Amino acid sequence: MLTTILFYFYATVLVGSALGVVLARNPVRAALFLVLAFFTSAVLWLLLEAEFLGIVLVLVYVGAVMVLFLFVIMMLDINVAELRAGFTRYAPLGAVIAGLMIFEIVYVVWVKHLGYDLAAVGTPLAAGESNTKALGAVLYTDYALPFQLAAVVLLVAIVAAITLTMRRRPGYKQQDVVAQVATRKADRLRIMKVEPEKRR
Amino acid sequence: MGSLIALWAGIPQQLQGLVIMVAEILGVMIAVILGVAFLTLAERKVIGWMQIRIGPNQIRIFGLPYFKGLAQPFADVIKLLLKEIIVPTNADKVVFLIAPLIALVPSLSTWAVIPFSPEFVLADIDAGLLYILALTSLGVYGIILAGWASNSKYALLGAMRSAAQIVAYEIAMGFALVGVLMAAGSLNLTDVVRSQAGGMLHWHGLVLFPLMIIYFIAGIAETNRAPFDVAEGESEIASGFHVEYSGATFATLFALPEYANMILVATLAPVLFLGGWLSPFEGLLPPGSLLAAPSFIWLFVKILWFLFCFLWIRATFPRYRYDQIMRLGWKLFIPLTLVWIGVECVMAWYKFGPWARL
Repeated sequence: MLTTILFYFYATVLVGSALGVVLARNPVRAALFLVLAFFTSAVLWLLLEAEFLGIVLVLVYVGAVMVLFLFVIMMLDINVAELRAGFTRYAPLGAVIAGLMIFEIVYVVWVKHLGYDLAAVGTPLAAGESNTKALGAVLYTDYALPFQLAAVVLLVAIVAAITLTMRRRPGYKQQDVVAQVATRKADRLRIMKVEPEKRR
Repeated sequence: MGSLIALWAGIPQQLQGLVIMVAEILGVMIAVILGVAFLTLAERKVIGWMQIRIGPNQIRIFGLPYFKGLAQPFADVIKLLLKEIIVPTNADKVVFLIAPLIALVPSLSTWAVIPFSPEFVLADIDAGLLYILALTSLGVYGIILAGWASNSKYALLGAMRSAAQIVAYEIAMGFALVGVLMAAGSLNLTDVVRSQAGGMLHWHGLVLFPLMIIYFIAGIAETNRAPFDVAEGESEIASGFHVEYSGATFATLFALPEYANMILVATLAPVLFLGGWLSPFEGLLPPGSLLAAPSFIWLFVKILWFLFCFLWIRATFPRYRYDQIMRLGWKLFIPLTLVWIGVECVMAWYKFGPWARL
């Protein structure tokens, strides 16, 4: 009973904050609504006793990804009026994509069932059962290869991101730490012998 | 008294549990806030002694002639609460006022999963370590939102520095925690402490010594303490992200979360690496003796030691330059933790140290 009330409360907050992402005038506020949306969906997962997934969602998306998002958005000087100018032109395309996504979700959840017994989803776990342990067991046995593949894809992404930023740009100025450390006193300092002024 | 007991017995069972839970939560929060208050005093006193000064020595509790200066934190709090809250004209007012709360809530709610003693932990959840990682990573929002909403370039610069620094050190901290959970075999903090039972030689801090050092240094960096306090950087950016805050918002944005997070790092370091509430003399003294029994007192002593280290480091080291902070985080700590996780794999393969009992 309480779980149902909590579910509807957080679901309302989730839908509201998702609308806020689209409707907020200020990009930083939109990003903050997105943070709220991530957080509430993590709470929904917690209600389903998927505590590992819920907390990892907060850790990865809220704790790392959105921080960097905000980091970038705050540094940009975004012209909101210019961004809004194309709204009516792109709205039909957006509606089509949204409709497609809704269709996909409905298809997966209601039509396919993915081979799972949906009636068993709401039942609480047994006392000794750990969601985290079960997830790890599945991830490192049945799905070991896809898991490794995902890791390789991430590694490629890291290498690509680093090579994109490490390129030499013309006119790029940087401190040469080695040269700084290797300087001798003689390179920079010249000691002059100054004759003392004759006292009158 | 008798009528009170009768009243208590009259309440339904579920409500009793709720009342006890709320009382426990309030107890922990009040303890943390009092800890914060006296930590500010201890900081000023300890650093004063280190620099051969006296430190606060004027304000006494109710004018008593003993413990001069003991009431200084209360005087500070009352002063801050009575001051005017100034919102800059061009600030984003909503975000400006929410930011201190966003900083405050994660730093207090993390205490839910800390095992204080063998019997007492507010929420003994399975994924405790992950919960702590997730909530400490939320603390940065308070800082960057405060910096952005102030609409001041010094505040924004401070917020940017802080965000980059916290993201950098969080990875090293996460890897250090991965090392701990490899050794403990559990994400549950009570189990992490239990897995170190059997005396000082079984503490994780021994086989994971580099990870412990890295965890503590990353903790200093995450709490924005000296020598990593470039987010404030009084000499360059006029005190950074909280330059526009005053009064109660300053207290809740800056003082309370920062010091609560300090206590948190100083609590987690012993819980993860130095046996938490376990006694160091376990196994050395005959079982049943008072010194060998696990209790909150041992945890308290360890917390005090790490808090002292915080103050000691602040009084000793000059502030890092910003690029040096980034180099230390990305190029030294992350490779080091990865190497040590590899070393742990070798140790686990040959059943050495904490893996011997598997």
